[in-house]
Amino acid sequence: MIEQIVYALPFLLGGFQTTLIVSVLVVVISLVGGVLLGVALIYGPLAVRLLIRVFSDTIRGIPILVLLFFVYYGLPAAGMPLDAFTSAVVALTLFKIAQVIEYVRGAVQSVPKGQDEAAKAIGLTFTGRLREVIFPQAFRRFLPPWINGVADAVKGSALVSLLGVIDLMYAINQVIGRTYDAMPLYVLGAFIYISINYALSATSRHVERRFSYIRE
Amino acid sequence: MGYDLNFTLIWRNFDRLWGGLLLSLELAALSLVIGILIGLVLAVWYVSAGRFVRFLIGAYVEFFRNVPLILLVYLVFYGLPQVINIAYDATTSFVVTLSIYSGAYLVEVFRSGLEAIPRGLVDAGRAVGLTPYQRLVHVRIPTMVRIILPALSNTFISLFKDTSIASVIAVPELTYGAQWINFNTFRIVEVYLIVTAMYLATGYSLLFLLRQIERRFRVTRQ
Repeated sequence: MIEQIVYALPFLLGGFQTTLIVSVLVVVISLVGGVLLGVALIYGPLAVRLLIRVFSDTIRGIPILVLLFFVYYGLPAAGMPLDAFTSAVVALTLFKIAQVIEYVRGAVQSVPKGQDEAAKAIGLTFTGRLREVIFPQAFRRFLPPWINGVADAVKGSALVSLLGVIDLMYAINQVIGRTYDAMPLYVLGAFIYISINYALSATSRHVERRFSYIRE
Repeated sequence: MGYDLNFTLIWRNFDRLWGGLLLSLELAALSLVIGILIGLVLAVWYVSAGRFVRFLIGAYVEFFRNVPLILLVYLVFYGLPQVINIAYDATTSFVVTLSIYSGAYLVEVFRSGLEAIPRGLVDAGRAVGLTPYQRLVHVRIPTMVRIILPALSNTFISLFKDTSIASVIAVPELTYGAQWINFNTFRIVEVYLIVTAMYLATGYSLLFLLRQIERRFRVTRQ
């Protein structure tokens, strides 16, 4: 078993990097997009709120795999050719944005109404209220579910292998295609994913502790 | 964009999608039932067990929660038969995988449910002379089930969506049906539109139904 693992490791390195790159891209883009849309969902005009609500509920209601195939096979057919890597990142990011929107909504609505009213009373502008009053308090509530979501993004990135993107999952299957020795490779793959997620959860516990002080 | 929607070929092959949807629901329901059994047994064991057993159950939970489902599906379908000498078809293999996977999530759900039971209830059970077993069956588990019912519904909905992964080992569920139509008729946009609608309609109907049941069994009625 050790022998097969040592043989496989160099082949997995490239895939491992792709998995990390896909995860980081998805997490960063969805954070920016999700926070913007999340704020729009709470404070935007009715039409905007409705659109975002439909977007979020639709995306979260279908399997990621279907979304992935829709983007990868459907967009080129509709005249928007995307390569496998881009479609994979687009699909996973759309899914993650929908989740981040809900985290933001939950976190912002957990801030007592009086805070926003008090901020208005002392004459802060909208962005000033968000920056100085709402976000600092909502951040604490936003962090734990968002960090869980980051681990989900790493796991979800394994699906990009189905579009032919050579990530860790795909690289593992490539090695198995040569050696026909599936079990050691899948177990190795499982532990690589576990170590990525463990590193993440260790960091997150640290960050959470850093921000868990009460500001009431 | 110059794409003409044409649904004729989808309707002609609709039995693949309809059969796929039913199979998806079956896979999810079966895995949920087995997952509940696994989760319940391990959660009850966990709260009364020593450190070693707690460590083992914790390891099981962490393993299955941190590995992509698709890898677990491959591992059970392609990897396991190489190590232990058994043969099973893709559907069985997927149900086994999804059951163990959902079991790992449900252990945590049941465990937190058991810990959320008001102490007074268990003490009252003791006061009227119930044995530990009777307290478990008549007091702790019924109370716990009512506490965790919303989490159970959510698990079922997400298992229903997870069944799409079964398509990678050619289990003919809904996503597999969609792919079949995709590759054989090339009515790509149409098939994914229909399948999206089917997943949404089924998912939200289920959610609505389960919310009704939850309201019926809620612990505190407002």
